[in-house]
Amino acid sequence: MLSTKRKGLLKIKELIKQIPTFVGITMKTYTNTGNKDTRSGFGAGLTELGQTNEKVVALCADLIGSLKMDDFKKNHPERFFQVGIAEANMIGMAAGLTIGGKIPFTGTFANFSTGRVYDQIRQSVAYSDKNVKICASHAGLTLGEDGATHQILEDIGLMKMLPGMTVINTCDYNQTKAATIAIAEHQGPVYLRFGRPSVPNFTAEDQKFEIGKALQLTEGADVTIVATGHLVWEALEAAKVLNEKGISAEVINIHTIKPLDDEAIIKSVKKTGCVVTAEEHNYLGGLGESVARVLSLNHPTPQEFVATQDTFGESGTPAQLMDKYGLNSASIIKAAEKVVKRKK
Amino acid sequence: MSNTQQLEDLTTQVRRDILRMVHKVNSGHPGGSLGCAEFFVALYKEIMDRKDTFDMDGIGEDLFFLSNGHISPVFYSVLARTGYFPVEELNTFRLIDSRLQGHPTTHEGLPGIRVASGSLGQGMSVAIGAAQAKKLNNDTHLIYSLHGDGELQEGQNWEAIMYASGNNVDNLISTIDLNGQQIDGATDDVLPMGSIKDKFEAFGWTVVEINQGNNIEAILEGMAVAKSKTGKGKPVCVLLKTVMGNGVDFMMHTHAWHGKAPNDEQLAIGLEQNAETLGDY
Repeated sequence: MLSTKRKGLLKIKELIKQIPTFVGITMKTYTNTGNKDTRSGFGAGLTELGQTNEKVVALCADLIGSLKMDDFKKNHPERFFQVGIAEANMIGMAAGLTIGGKIPFTGTFANFSTGRVYDQIRQSVAYSDKNVKICASHAGLTLGEDGATHQILEDIGLMKMLPGMTVINTCDYNQTKAATIAIAEHQGPVYLRFGRPSVPNFTAEDQKFEIGKALQLTEGADVTIVATGHLVWEALEAAKVLNEKGISAEVINIHTIKPLDDEAIIKSVKKTGCVVTAEEHNYLGGLGESVARVLSLNHPTPQEFVATQDTFGESGTPAQLMDKYGLNSASIIKAAEKVVKRKK
Repeated sequence: MSNTQQLEDLTTQVRRDILRMVHKVNSGHPGGSLGCAEFFVALYKEIMDRKDTFDMDGIGEDLFFLSNGHISPVFYSVLARTGYFPVEELNTFRLIDSRLQGHPTTHEGLPGIRVASGSLGQGMSVAIGAAQAKKLNNDTHLIYSLHGDGELQEGQNWEAIMYASGNNVDNLISTIDLNGQQIDGATDDVLPMGSIKDKFEAFGWTVVEINQGNNIEAILEGMAVAKSKTGKGKPVCVLLKTVMGNGVDFMMHTHAWHGKAPNDEQLAIGLEQNAETLGDY
């Protein structure tokens, strides 16, 4: 038999437990409508562009299936260029195709889209102001078993350093499809980064993609989580748990890393007082550094970086790798708890 | 149509421009520029079917891409003297705030330039892309490009060469400036490439040789042959045998003037050998 006093204490404990749950009710939640790969979003977007925009042409370096470019190739063989395993030539050809008014979309893995052809992009595309869309799948650790040779974690840095280059990293199938369609309307070079594995699809199917416009996914008061790519869903998962722990997190989906939506970040951080950045990329050169620059100039704030720590990846399943290298919701939660404590 | 004398007069003036441009800023690449003066004059005055005004897309006209961008002096001189921009602007070559950058670029909006070049080996891919755009646009005009022989050591060229023949890019005439020299010496000493002709033929290109690449009539004749070979399923390569530094005796037959400007005395000698025909800028 419990004493009345003990009963009362339990009741209070029960009530305390319910407080964060109560906060949780007010948090906006997102539903995974079924796992899908972002690269298929790219393929679907390209298929649509094929039908709607005569100027769009596509080039691929022997990875049509991986990039989901089959439909475009089938529907518009005259506008599709299989270049073989020759990425440098692909980038140069894309630059040339713009002369005559075409809008070329190149497709290969992120590593071969950037590091392998950096000087070609720099001179023939960026410095030459060419309207080329460099579309890169299999970015980051989630490429998985192929290992570090293919898992580029430096591409955001490489691309954002190029003057005039727009850098986009989408979070799910729907957003990748919308971004693919949107970049055709944008005049200038774009780097569109997406991934290999099936991941939760949770953004709206009919969304309008606005380059450079951050999306605030949840409203929070204690910490801002600025996430990009596959880490956006992880940030939402983290926000739920944090909410239960009494930390209210404002999750911002940054699909455009350059130009960065400075205003949205500053506005949120002014309210929360601290920030966690989350990306499937090296902390050097990634989203986190871009956010840190904006904040140091405008609103110096404690920041924690969920990113790889200047390391190469390795073979493994995507989930194992994201866990080992600290790129999942658990890592975001830890970082959020830490950064909240750093607030003065 | 200009007669040969007019073209030769222009060539002489272009040589003066090249020498004066690099001398003024004590930098730039006179050797390869001088070697290609006749080719550029022939190309822009006679060979290409081009519009008087410049627009980037260049629909309905022949286009030219310079891959070995370091010979910008000859490119700029000929562009200016064929009306793309004022001749006086040659005065600004390599100076701060100029549209005439050390290597050609679209970035400063100089009419006549369609892609940046300087980092070698990229121009043929761009030319192929532009050639494919012409086909998509049902534009029967041609794409011309120029490449150094040493430049062929860059691997991207061979990706492009393979692509062009494999995909019947037959509206492209890529010229190789065979002067046998590169920065560190003779190409045969730096990295022997064997027969460039055999290589292009083995890759499925039609090859046209112009053995007197500093003779305007020979260039016109050879390029007419090259043009006649287009539209037949294969890309066309012109092997243009030139003498680096041509027209300035002490600059000829050596790699020494690849990237070196003449001093005052050397400039005077060079100008003496090339009479002012159309008026200096």
